[in-house]
Amino acid sequence: MSAPSPTPAPARRPLAAYVVGGMGLRRPGADAWRTAAITVGCVAVAVLLAGLLVTISDGSPSEVVDALYTGSIADAAGWSQTLVNAAPLLLVALGACIANRAGVFNIGQEGQLLIGAMVGCFVALRLQGPGWLVISVALVAAAAGGGAWSGISAAMYYTRGVNVVVSTLLLTFIAIQVVQFAVLSPSLLQETGIGNGPARPQSDSVPEFLRLASFGQYPDLTIGVGVILALLAAVVLAVLLGRSRWGFRLSMLGLNPMAARHAGIRASRLGGSALVLSGAFAGLAGGVILLGTVFRLQPAISNNYGWDGLLVALVARSRPGLAVPVAVLFGGLRAGSSYLAATGVPDYLVDVIQALLVLAFVVPPVLSALWGRRLRNRSAVAETPARPSAAAPAKEEVPV
Amino acid sequence: MWLDDGGTVLSSALRLTAPLAFAACGEYLAERAGTLNISVEGMMLSGAFGAIAVGSATGSPSVGLFAGALIGLVVALVHANLSHRIQINTFVVGLVINTLVLGVTSFLTQIMEFSRTQVAVLRIPGLADIPMLGVVFDQRWPFYLLVGVVPLTWYLVNRTRWGLELRAVGENPQAADVSGIKVNLRRRQALMWCGLLSGLGGAYLSVGLVGSFNNNMTAGRGFIVIAAVIFGAWRLKGTMLACFLFGAADALRLALPSLGVELNAQLLVAAPYLLALTVMVLMAKSQREPRALAKPFERGLV
Repeated sequence: MSAPSPTPAPARRPLAAYVVGGMGLRRPGADAWRTAAITVGCVAVAVLLAGLLVTISDGSPSEVVDALYTGSIADAAGWSQTLVNAAPLLLVALGACIANRAGVFNIGQEGQLLIGAMVGCFVALRLQGPGWLVISVALVAAAAGGGAWSGISAAMYYTRGVNVVVSTLLLTFIAIQVVQFAVLSPSLLQETGIGNGPARPQSDSVPEFLRLASFGQYPDLTIGVGVILALLAAVVLAVLLGRSRWGFRLSMLGLNPMAARHAGIRASRLGGSALVLSGAFAGLAGGVILLGTVFRLQPAISNNYGWDGLLVALVARSRPGLAVPVAVLFGGLRAGSSYLAATGVPDYLVDVIQALLVLAFVVPPVLSALWGRRLRNRSAVAETPARPSAAAPAKEEVPV
Repeated sequence: MWLDDGGTVLSSALRLTAPLAFAACGEYLAERAGTLNISVEGMMLSGAFGAIAVGSATGSPSVGLFAGALIGLVVALVHANLSHRIQINTFVVGLVINTLVLGVTSFLTQIMEFSRTQVAVLRIPGLADIPMLGVVFDQRWPFYLLVGVVPLTWYLVNRTRWGLELRAVGENPQAADVSGIKVNLRRRQALMWCGLLSGLGGAYLSVGLVGSFNNNMTAGRGFIVIAAVIFGAWRLKGTMLACFLFGAADALRLALPSLGVELNAQLLVAAPYLLALTVMVLMAKSQREPRALAKPFERGLV
């Protein structure tokens, strides 16, 4: 027992430390090493399975790896394409991180993204004004659209107790039809048609001066505004979620709603705003896709970015800092998939790889915790043979 | 004239209802045990693919049909062990399984060649000649499996000890656990039934309705099934009624243009989801859903 010493004032930490904290990089314990080992094993199995698929399609695994590499990170042009794909994935994933932290599982990003793109398109085509203003308003409107769409789910959950997963899921399919309707109605967004060809189910093209700027020329690295926006958002969120009072309250609500309630947190306000915010991020991703790459509203504009972005958040375990490399990885896979055609292997391979990767990162922590508990139980039983009942809480329900 | 039209629409409504009804029986049972199973879409899609693959390899669509059901069962095994054995969030598992099945089936469809294969129509003599309603007795033969599957599901849930335990697990897993019921085992078993029937529903879609497989051929039908169970307020009768309603909406969407009626197609497609959400909002307080729905169970203090 030492005499109580005056606690030194906490030193102010550099910003980088906060970001690292947001990435969840802490001193690894025994469980962390075991998790890492299992993860390596699972990723190896995932790669093997993907290789098996390649082999039965008469492709050569080395060619596939080569194609994926060439399309994604071999040169500056590949990197540009990877980053363009990664930006919307990252934005969606960041939103999913917020909702997951708060314990509300939003799986309707695909729909929220579509609604965001639709609202953004509406603003971009109808609003008159200087380019920078219209672009900003369109992006904000896209975020608001996505947020409103998930806000419906929030309202239904906190007023009527409707399950968030179900409502966000069902609203996605309604959103698809809403967008379909918008691009089929000449009074809303259907293209005005050039000449006398029939108007297709898509909107007019967004004029040149309203497209998101990108820095750099084709053979060199080009970085669009969307990428910068997504990266900035990731840093800000990493700090906010990891270090701010808001982030702490959010985690508290997610980890133990009862304790949060007793600490004076209003679930409807905090959780509801988290859900709205996650929808807003998905909507913003829709706006970025619209003004950054596709330039017109089509029913297929979402291109699974919503679903895949959610997968990114799952692999990153809801940590914004980790979501950045994972989004780049998934974006790279998407970019590389366009080079697969030459190898004769269907580009659906990339979808399979993504799903397997998610499993390979989601299973290990759970498995590791389970094994850790069983190991501890076993050693506890060995040490205290006199009190087996107290030492070994029954666990036969969860055999390995 | 309108009798013929009515018969055509009814026939197409029945054909579109059947896949939903098979899968909905399974989803209903799984939800009564407390699993809100969103991988029903993946189970149906894998069943549809497996049925065509095996059917075209063996030359017998009937063998394909049963193979489809078995493949749905395999998918359910994966889901059950991940979510009710090592306790990964069931929605995460469902989402990944849906993505994985969609990717694998699309991949395999591109590298394999399948011949068309379709089960035979079973026309029940006499009854099939009734005007308009006769179409009920003029369907592909697996359609009549519904006559066995629906009552069997009802019997299992409501009249057997297993079903009683299943419902207990879905309502109050803690109480079920202390009375000696293996909660997660029951939930896994419920998922097996769901996988078997969802696979059958998907197989009916491919070797029954269409005769071939194309990418993402279930196209969200699994989610309509979830909507049907909700719309039916977690009762089998209501669920089946909802399936027919949604099947009819689908049939109407296809039939209306040829009948010269203008109705918004997008509204009809979205109708199941809109109805399910409305019902959930309106009936939220009547507490008809299993109380432990979508809540994982781990033994210990609550």
